[in-house]
Amino acid sequence: MKEKNIHTNSKLETRNSQPATSRRSFLKRIWGILGIVAGIEMLAVFSGFFAPGKRNLSGTTQTLVVAGNVADFKLNSVFPFRSGKFYLARFSDGGFMAISLKCTHLGCSVLWNEDKKEFMCPCHASSFDKNGVVINPPAPRPLDTFPVIIEEGKVKVDIGKPVRRLAFDRSQITYA
Amino acid sequence: MQDQPKLKIKKRSNFVLHIHPATVLIDSIKFNRTFGLGGMALLLFLIQSLTGILLRFAYVPSPDKAYDSILYIENSILFGGFVRNIHHWSGIFFVIIAFLHFVRVFYSQAIFVPRRVNWIIGIALLILVIFSNFTGYLLPWDQLSFWAVTVATNMLSYIPFIGEGMLRIVRGGNDVGSATLLNFYNFHTGILPITMILLMIWHFWKVRKAKGVAVYEGISDYRVPSYPNLVLKELVTGLILIAIIFLLSALLNAPLQDRANPAYSPNPAKAPWYFMGIQELLLHIHPFFAFVVIPLFFFGGLIWFPFAIREGRQGEWFHSEKGKKLALQAAILALILTPAAVLLEEYILHIEDWLPGWPKGISEGLFPFILLGGSLGIYVFYLFRKFKASVHEIIVALFTVFIMGYIILSIIGIWFRGEGMVLTQPWNI
Repeated sequence: MKEKNIHTNSKLETRNSQPATSRRSFLKRIWGILGIVAGIEMLAVFSGFFAPGKRNLSGTTQTLVVAGNVADFKLNSVFPFRSGKFYLARFSDGGFMAISLKCTHLGCSVLWNEDKKEFMCPCHASSFDKNGVVINPPAPRPLDTFPVIIEEGKVKVDIGKPVRRLAFDRSQITYA
Repeated sequence: MQDQPKLKIKKRSNFVLHIHPATVLIDSIKFNRTFGLGGMALLLFLIQSLTGILLRFAYVPSPDKAYDSILYIENSILFGGFVRNIHHWSGIFFVIIAFLHFVRVFYSQAIFVPRRVNWIIGIALLILVIFSNFTGYLLPWDQLSFWAVTVATNMLSYIPFIGEGMLRIVRGGNDVGSATLLNFYNFHTGILPITMILLMIWHFWKVRKAKGVAVYEGISDYRVPSYPNLVLKELVTGLILIAIIFLLSALLNAPLQDRANPAYSPNPAKAPWYFMGIQELLLHIHPFFAFVVIPLFFFGGLIWFPFAIREGRQGEWFHSEKGKKLALQAAILALILTPAAVLLEEYILHIEDWLPGWPKGISEGLFPFILLGGSLGIYVFYLFRKFKASVHEIIVALFTVFIMGYIILSIIGIWFRGEGMVLTQPWNI
């Protein structure tokens, strides 16, 4: 059977030599392009399933956390909001900053040390000052911050978007 | 009529045993040719499949229910804890045995044509075994698993350009959460085992195509039937392994700490034990080098070796007697110098402070990396001048340095790092 097939094929090719091969190569190219298109489609389907952040399985879409009344926060102190993944710091001039508790080294949760006035990471001993700036490596950059919004005397923190920074400057502080 | 049942038995055993040839070289089935490591790895895969299927009936892959389902397995299912223990200990054995198999194959030089492709398949399988263990690590959703996976996946973020994106894809978001758990569960119980089965079939077929395990030249060509000569040895090895795992599982429980709490990191928070060598390295060198450059050098070199140097003495341990001597020397050297380097760096040298004001990528990355590479270069030159070592022997020695170095770094990371990752004695952790 096989031999016969090959035989008829070669016969076919010799009979109409030029047009047949170009048609064949054209069809082959079409197959190739279709294959690539199919591959891209498959990739699109895959990426739909793998896309991070879209699968909100816990059901909460609210990223704005109401921290409390402005007047409730003492000057010059740091308040832990562990469920909201941040510390709310209030400085001596009354400004607020929401500092992420995720260490910039390998993502452990930093702890506020009231005696030393430092954020300390338990994993690799990185430490940060009250502005979240690195005192002790291996952490490579200051702790991220979250946008603070003050409306009608209430402090709200948007935990949806951590803000990366390379250094501390006063524009990161929000005033009432 | 009496022949009928006998024939049936023979047929059935032939079907199961067709993984082996009918006869094997008598010298190729000596235990110290392979130490039975590949077969043990296969057995461990089967044990993991069986216990894993059982655990899947009770496990729920969601952050609210995962921990409770583990408690349910431990407390309410008859032998549930025992099955989980077997899965836990076999998982650890699997990583160790697969690693030893990899080391054995390299040292017996069974990596050149016609085994070259199989060497790469084997490396892929080793990596899949490690990822299988890693994805399983998260599933109990206790403090240990949550923080180990947080720390280990965060290492991805140090890969330039694509790292952050990869991290988000692996986690299914910014943090380890429900999407991460579902991802890991799906990989652990679906994608990884299926991929491994396909690769294993290819792996075993390639071994058969290469006419069995690598044997040195001048071996006796006396052959014996595989059944019972080889099969009996496999059976005994397998039974001993099963006995050890059962004994361990009866005596020691798989760890289960408190329910995962994203707000509190335990101190110290460590990656899974097989990544502790990398985490230890991270304390001394910039993450990009610890996590990307050095592993790339190692695995890249291992794949490059049989392609660049096409010929080798397959089946000859350490390539030659000199290779064996140099490997031993390299092992002792790494055994002494690795802890010495860690101690010196920790207490005296502080290499990261030598270039103040330079970017961290250079002062903590490139610079120590060049120091490391330079000392390896001097070592290679020394091997070449003093011992007139061949390329094969030098690579055997370098492989030994890497393997021994990684083992020592892992031991330091696992047992000698206490609170805040400070060096301490094992009994203080």
